[in-house]
Amino acid sequence: MTDPTLDKLPGGFKGMSSDIGSDQTTFKGVNWGKAMMWIFLLSDTFVFSCFLVAYMKVRASVTEPWPYPSEVFGLEVFGVPVPLLLIAIMTFVLITSSGTMALAVKYGYEKNRKMCGLFVLLTAIGGLTFVGMQAFEWSKLIFHDGVRPWGNPFGAEQFGAFFFMITGFHGTHVSIGVIFLFIFARKVFRGDFDTGKRGYFTTMKSDYVAIEILGLYWHFVDLVWVFIFAFFYLW
Amino acid sequence: MNDTKKEQSTTHKIGIYLWIWGLLFVLSFFSYMVDWYNFQGLLRWSLILIFMFLKAGLIMAFFMHLFWERYALVNVLLWPMTAIACFVGLMVAEGKYTVFSRLFYFFTGG
Repeated sequence: MTDPTLDKLPGGFKGMSSDIGSDQTTFKGVNWGKAMMWIFLLSDTFVFSCFLVAYMKVRASVTEPWPYPSEVFGLEVFGVPVPLLLIAIMTFVLITSSGTMALAVKYGYEKNRKMCGLFVLLTAIGGLTFVGMQAFEWSKLIFHDGVRPWGNPFGAEQFGAFFFMITGFHGTHVSIGVIFLFIFARKVFRGDFDTGKRGYFTTMKSDYVAIEILGLYWHFVDLVWVFIFAFFYLW
Repeated sequence: MNDTKKEQSTTHKIGIYLWIWGLLFVLSFFSYMVDWYNFQGLLRWSLILIFMFLKAGLIMAFFMHLFWERYALVNVLLWPMTAIACFVGLMVAEGKYTVFSRLFYFFTGG
């Protein structure tokens, strides 16, 4: 994965200044697609941050009590109320899929077609499970509890708007990721990355670096969930 | 930094991913326990933040390979986060002002 010529370059901050001042590619040894994915993720970080900061500001300034998430998102199991049960399971499912993605990237580096494809497929199934549970959570809140963007029976009216916007935007990211994971699982199994088959939308040759780029996106989705879990569900 | 770089000329061992994966599970379990035991106040939010930043750091450093990237990329990605931190600080102050003026005018009737 790492270009051996990079080892000859200075590391640390000295390396950073020489990379930037080299009058050449700044991100040495980084595939251009990977760099573009990182820039995209940086901009996506700002979008999610704006949502979460807006949520923080509104929650801090409402005069009515904010709905207590531990009870709103609780489930009854055999008549016993368990706080945040579904959310905890969703968190573990997403972390599991992040782990399988990390292994898929590792096997992609090693050009191990079958293992890489298997783990990409497992990641896609994990993501699909997550989206399914989120659909269940949404329908419970909408049809059973009557939560709406303009009001809810638990407390401050703004709760619904922020809940649907933040988890919905995250769920959209997961759904798009799942679609791409299935597409790339097919590409890996078909051997596109071994033969260097040219892509459908582009004339460039397929390469296993695509799995790493897809992995970056998927880990980012997991990363955002870490923040949503902490700020929206636990706080 | 240079030592870790040299090991990386091929690929990472599977153990590191499994370790990070396990740690993420444990940290998620701990943060769920914060809610389970119903900690409140300073203890609650400090624990939530600690577990959150540990998880985020592990994912970014090892799953997203930032630990092994050159500083040119790492710094481009991490410094903009300080802008978000400033924004959070501004909005905390703004939120306090908003709730103060709401309560003040609701009470005095404008």
